[in-house]
Amino acid sequence: MKTVLFSILLFLMPMFGSFALAAEVNLYSARQEALIKPLLDRFTEQTGIQVNLVSAKDDTLIKRLESEGRNSPADLLLTADAGRLHRASELGLLAPVESTVLEQRIPANYRDPEGHWFGLSLRARPILYARDRVDPEALSTYADLTDPRWKGRICIRSSDNIYNQSLVAARIATHGEADTEAWARGLVANFARPPRGGDRDQIKAVAAGQCDIAIANTYYLAAMLNDDQESERASAERLAVFWPDQDGSGVHVNVSGIGLTTAARNREQALRLMEFLVSDEAQRWYADSNHEYPVVEGVEASDTLKAWGTFKPDGINLSELGRYNADALRLMDRVGWR
Amino acid sequence: MNKPDTTAPLLEVDRIRVRYGDLPVVEDMSFQLEQGRIGCLLGLSGCGKTTVLRAIAGFEPVSEGEIRLGGQVVSRPGWSLAPEQRQVGMVFQDFALFPHLTIADNIAFGIRQQAASRREARVSELLELVGLGAYARGYPHQLSGGQQPRVALARAIAPRPALMLLDEPFSSMDKELREQLAREVRAILRHEGITAVLVTHDQLEAFLMADEIGVMHAGRLEQWGSAYELYHEPGSRFVADFVGQGVLLRGTVLNDHQVETELGIIDGSIDPAFARNDDVDVLVRPDDIIHDDDSPMLTEVCDKAFRGADFLYTLRLSSGARVLSLVPSHHDHAIGERIGIRLDLDHLVMFRR
Amino acid sequence: MTNSLARPFRLPSPWRAGVILTALVLALPVLTVFGFVFQPAGEVWRHLADTVLKDYVLNSALLLLGVGLGTLFGGVASAWLCSMCQFPGRRMFEWALLLPMAMPAYIIAYTYTGMLDFAGPVQTGLRDLFGWSYGDYWFPEIRSLGGAIVMLSLVLYPYVYLLARAAFLEQSICVLEVGRTLRAGPWTGFFRIALPLARPAVIAGLSLALMEALADYGTVQYFGVATFTTGIFRTWFGLGDAAAAAQLAALMMSFVFILIVLERWSRRQARYHHTSGRYRHLPRYQLRGWRAVAAFGLCLLPLLFGFLLPAGQLLVWAVATAEKTLDAEFLRLVWHSLGLAGAAAVLAVLLGLFMAYGKRLRGSYGVAVAVRIAGMGYAVPGTVIAVGVLIPFAWIDNRIDAWMRASFDISTGLLLSGTLVALLFAYTVRFLAVSLQTVEAGLGKIKPSMDDAARSLGLPPNQVLTRIHMPIMRGSLLTALLLVFVDVLKELPATLILRPFNFNTLAVRAFELASDERLAESATAALAIVLVGIIPVILLSRSITRARPGHE
Repeated sequence: MKTVLFSILLFLMPMFGSFALAAEVNLYSARQEALIKPLLDRFTEQTGIQVNLVSAKDDTLIKRLESEGRNSPADLLLTADAGRLHRASELGLLAPVESTVLEQRIPANYRDPEGHWFGLSLRARPILYARDRVDPEALSTYADLTDPRWKGRICIRSSDNIYNQSLVAARIATHGEADTEAWARGLVANFARPPRGGDRDQIKAVAAGQCDIAIANTYYLAAMLNDDQESERASAERLAVFWPDQDGSGVHVNVSGIGLTTAARNREQALRLMEFLVSDEAQRWYADSNHEYPVVEGVEASDTLKAWGTFKPDGINLSELGRYNADALRLMDRVGWR
Repeated sequence: MNKPDTTAPLLEVDRIRVRYGDLPVVEDMSFQLEQGRIGCLLGLSGCGKTTVLRAIAGFEPVSEGEIRLGGQVVSRPGWSLAPEQRQVGMVFQDFALFPHLTIADNIAFGIRQQAASRREARVSELLELVGLGAYARGYPHQLSGGQQPRVALARAIAPRPALMLLDEPFSSMDKELREQLAREVRAILRHEGITAVLVTHDQLEAFLMADEIGVMHAGRLEQWGSAYELYHEPGSRFVADFVGQGVLLRGTVLNDHQVETELGIIDGSIDPAFARNDDVDVLVRPDDIIHDDDSPMLTEVCDKAFRGADFLYTLRLSSGARVLSLVPSHHDHAIGERIGIRLDLDHLVMFRR
Repeated sequence: MTNSLARPFRLPSPWRAGVILTALVLALPVLTVFGFVFQPAGEVWRHLADTVLKDYVLNSALLLLGVGLGTLFGGVASAWLCSMCQFPGRRMFEWALLLPMAMPAYIIAYTYTGMLDFAGPVQTGLRDLFGWSYGDYWFPEIRSLGGAIVMLSLVLYPYVYLLARAAFLEQSICVLEVGRTLRAGPWTGFFRIALPLARPAVIAGLSLALMEALADYGTVQYFGVATFTTGIFRTWFGLGDAAAAAQLAALMMSFVFILIVLERWSRRQARYHHTSGRYRHLPRYQLRGWRAVAAFGLCLLPLLFGFLLPAGQLLVWAVATAEKTLDAEFLRLVWHSLGLAGAAAVLAVLLGLFMAYGKRLRGSYGVAVAVRIAGMGYAVPGTVIAVGVLIPFAWIDNRIDAWMRASFDISTGLLLSGTLVALLFAYTVRFLAVSLQTVEAGLGKIKPSMDDAARSLGLPPNQVLTRIHMPIMRGSLLTALLLVFVDVLKELPATLILRPFNFNTLAVRAFELASDERLAESATAALAIVLVGIIPVILLSRSITRARPGHE
């Protein structure tokens, strides 16, 4: 018993008062460790600034930031979607940043007009279809997916997920709530099965023939196409990407982004990290290892993404996603999108 | 407790009252026990006798009255000396031997603060005393039913408590073992000079072990006295009925020394509280009725029980009332037979009807 | 013999005050969340009631029913076979049946989905074999309510098995022999004697399993089953309405409350102290022929599906990705997980012991209620607990900081928030019920006369605990310790939210990769949880067998 207690004490000891490192920056990241750590290590290598990381879900990190208030140790909040950044900004958790580097490199619609947050990488949520069963000529818009000819042919994940909440929120922002509700109702009526699983599962369901169309994020398909496992690649290769609404509002996109917290104490280091994340090197890393679209003009996407061609993204300011998130959720509740 | 008052009785229970919530369990209970005496609380289950014992041990608080040990107050309303500070040993109905300790360790438990050599000497002395020398290293679950109470007793005695409490210690045993153990325990307590209070529902056990017995009924003490007093001079109808066998026969007071009953006129000393012509019940014990073939008073044998040296006959009088009679066993009469009896009553005990 | 413990007995009040105070502190997170109940949530609540509430209620109720039946059958049947019967393989099953406990529910869910989904190897294999395509055949849908019930039953039945087996082993031989002399065969002996006697233990195990099922988030969320937990998460964060989320949580807790009341009611006044202190080696029913085969099969089933298959799959994945995942960082993860789980287990058991003993000493109504409340955290989803810890801790830290700034112009910053202390506190709140249940069950089996005997031999109450109760119920304590250990090892939501900077655990790693749909890479961490969890599970099994009195 005594040895147990002793080793526990030994284990707990370094956890108090280990905040005395010289140059450091503290990051709350909704992006999982595996998807960000290599980049952060690279930053430390270059600058000597230590990056301390806590990764968790966006909402819970925002809650943590909010409760910790002005004493929060976090300098930066990194989330996987713009809507959450907007919400954090609304709660007064993010401080405005002025940086010519950031402003020059990131297009205006992918950052907050007042500098509360900045997009770092881009993803699209297009229509994916089964090459052997769907004629791309028959596809046109998200709206068209409510047509009865798609009945029982569409797979999409549950409304619990932020990707779908953003998709619907963006639609509310452009088309209004009533129109979006009718659209969502029509889409739900065409579901091949009750929503379940993640985006990869929707892709696999199309590959296996359970449905003909999936709505999923680009990087999932790209990652599957580059997977070590042959079965993953084989599944992904049975699908192709269709960019909807190219004559209209464009494909739904979202960014992962970052913002400086109002409680930040290492502002200078934090700013350096933000700027590093939009450097060519970092942007290339996003593109190559995560198959996201770089936000910085001139940095090329991965070969897989390039093969799908270019597309017109939805041009709304992504703050709107945060504004309409709760409305989107309620709307999906009403139309029975589980 | 450190400076015992040698003039005071060792144990004084002084008008105590114990309640469980709103439910009174013990009411106005008083008795005393001198150093070295063995007392017993006798009563049916649920009469409150165990509660009194637990109050003395310090497990129950008193809501009125006081308990004093060696002249020092250990319980009074609102305050109670913790059980572990009372120097009171206790043997429990289920013995409560610690299953994780050996027999020797169980016995040594109360004297764990003593030096090892003294402790070991005491343990082996006690093991010998209770006849379990060979079992020191065994565990409680390896013991037989008759060995467990011995260990429990040895364990309780080890610290040489001022007072020993025994809560129905033999109730789970057969009659022979119970009698044997009762004698043994009494001898051991005597040997150690320990004052003790026993709680039991079994009068035989009480008679075997105790110098003084208190009969309890419905939370109250009915009578405190020696076995002889309880048997021959019961202070209440309940005691008369509960202690020993016997029947109550209707009678009428004739004068200050005579009562008339169906069995004839009985002489004896009568409490001045009774007046002439009072209706009373007279206690008649089986040994008060003598079988006498020459007697003109004939009764019918209704039932009989062979008890070795004698028969216990249940006899019906002409009025229909029944009495018991102890008759030497060579007088074997069949049920239904009519036999003669006569009354030979030493102690006239009667209650107002 | 009446029970002395229910009686008013004036106790050194530190115990009573300590128990109530501890309970209050431990109830803080739950109370914090429930505090939101009193904020108006009219519009959102109406929206929920109109749309999804009935799904939440129905699905949660069905989940509880299904998992209840599944764990009860699997746990009790296997426990009976392993403790009372003799058949080939019994000694192996005795400990092996506990193995699924080391498997986190979300991991088994991911694994089975990978295997059984439409696109998985099993269905693909069937299609290739028979030339079927979609719609040609029926195959059970793994990602459904039924699937969730099966997954949770597979990993939760060991709770019932564990406590039921301990109870069967502890039953004194006399009672069972009485049964045999009364011509009770194995079946009658089981249903009429052993099971009723083991009921408190079985119910304790069942309620642990059900509370865990109710609090599960990972599995139901992945399977797309709308239950209270997913609803709370969605309402709080998606709809941004803490009040409505808290009201959902309150409604969910009423489920737990009803369960507890039902159990208490059904047990009423019955007490389960053992009546005889005599134990001997249990004579087991010898099973032969088809009976032995059936017993073997019945015990193999939960082991196979709850452990062997998923662990095998994890092993295949882990081997394939080992060079990518096994590094020095991985060892740190193992160390973090072990340290946290160990510390939390010791803490939870010490507190559980303190509260259970306080209740035994001073069984007043207030203390009993306090103990109940302190154990409520188990049925509350980890996320809710974590936020409930976050808010008051940060509040206190900021208050102290503000005061220090105002008085001394020193900023103390956050003292507890974001430290392992906050995390350990959350674990304790969440898992106290586990240790409390086990310790209470153990204490309940010690007759009150033991306490009295020890005290009459000069032992003060706190020493009665350490010198009498703790040694006697060593088995129960060890069980509690290991149960909490394994639970913390698997714990995810609270760890995610509350952990300090640069501090990861195996569960965090496994979950992050799995939720990013990188199942194969998550396998190493998942397998490590299972392996680290197996060691205490085996220890546990040995200790139970040994702890049986009269075994030596």
